[in-house]
Amino acid sequence: MDYIRVILTIFWKDILAERRTREILSAMLVFALVVILLFVFAFDLSPETRRNTAAGVIWVTLCFSGTIGLNRTLSVEKDRGGIDGLMLAPADRTALFFGKALTNWVYMLLTALFVVPIYSLFNNTNLFSFTLLGVIMLGTFGYIVTGTLLSSLSLQLRSREMLLPVLLFPVVIPLLLSAIRATSILLEGGSQTELNTWLVLLFSYDLIFLAISVMVFDKIIED
Amino acid sequence: MIRASRISKSFGSRIVLRNLEFSADPGEVISLIGLNGAGKTTFIRILATLMRADSGKIFINRYNISQAPIQIRKKIGVVLHSPMLYGDLTGDENLVFYAKLFGVQQPETRIDQILQLTNLDPRRKDLVRTYSRGMQQRLSIGRAILHNPDVLLLDEPYTGLDQDSIGNVDALLAQLAVEGKLILLTSHDLERALAVSSRIDILYRGSIADSLKIDQLAGNELKNRFRSITGKTFPGAGNQAD
Repeated sequence: MDYIRVILTIFWKDILAERRTREILSAMLVFALVVILLFVFAFDLSPETRRNTAAGVIWVTLCFSGTIGLNRTLSVEKDRGGIDGLMLAPADRTALFFGKALTNWVYMLLTALFVVPIYSLFNNTNLFSFTLLGVIMLGTFGYIVTGTLLSSLSLQLRSREMLLPVLLFPVVIPLLLSAIRATSILLEGGSQTELNTWLVLLFSYDLIFLAISVMVFDKIIED
Repeated sequence: MIRASRISKSFGSRIVLRNLEFSADPGEVISLIGLNGAGKTTFIRILATLMRADSGKIFINRYNISQAPIQIRKKIGVVLHSPMLYGDLTGDENLVFYAKLFGVQQPETRIDQILQLTNLDPRRKDLVRTYSRGMQQRLSIGRAILHNPDVLLLDEPYTGLDQDSIGNVDALLAQLAVEGKLILLTSHDLERALAVSSRIDILYRGSIADSLKIDQLAGNELKNRFRSITGKTFPGAGNQAD
């Protein structure tokens, strides 16, 4: 019970602070909007091509704006000395990891709920489906787990905000490819078998990085 | 109760703690003094489970720090250089956060007690970033004792405080000592260390070089001992050593 309580308390505190400062989520949403506008207006694409590239645009937008959240949620703690306070909580240190990952995941899901309708609007098509929501949940979960782990790894470094994307993007390439392929199949049509293959890959990636995070987070955050 | 035996810690090739031996019992207020870089903060962070020693054993309230860090975190309150408070939350919200984190029973009643103890009740609804340094330090001490710990670890609790706040912190520590808490603090202020402590330990080159009971100290004995061990005058003690 201590473990779950610590996770939810960290999440509660982050949301309370965010509600007051509107520092992280608003930056993510504005950035996502700018990226979508750039994609929409920079390329004069036919409706057919737009539909074919929608999956890539959505995932690139989500990843870029997600990095803003990943950079801030842990570095805010470091800058203000709160990381020691969290480490003093009477629970396994992975509770701190899951508390921060939960906050990041909620921010990223809210961004996705903003990005998909906005992109649909600009392309005059409805991209939303519950299956797509499932793919987004699986993809963003893996991205956030990996990102939270790597942002804790770069936490002690002065140039951490520059370093995180450099560390993160190569590691999430398999995840991104799976998410983009699964999304493409949903938007453009494709066989269920092919979709399942990508979903299994996504799920496996999530599980592997979840296990790695649980194993190493304690050591990373302490040193 | 704290028992630390043969504690060593290095950062790369720099040895910070060297076979350090330390013990303390409930009700004691111990000041750890030493030159800059003597290892005071490192020792406090190791006791607080924020850092691991390279070797040695530590028991706090009979729990082994390497085997039961979670149990130990329930028993200690920690104040470090940074106040570990969130400027965008009110004083009240900061305490609610830490009360939830530590699973404090009846948190509302306990938070009211803490805010009255630290004289911050009138400002409880203000954002912490609007607090003075002294108020933040008082709230930080309040945060540290919120879960009623048996052991209090304070790293430089007087840094940046004005005279009023120093008096408040002194009174707070005296009350906690009367309640039987074990208080270990580091200080650069010899006057404060003498005023609040029952024992002063001099940390030099990574180990406790001397341990002095305050009630057995005469005149300038502490300053002289410090100078004979370190070869230097205690920082902030001026040239009064003789």
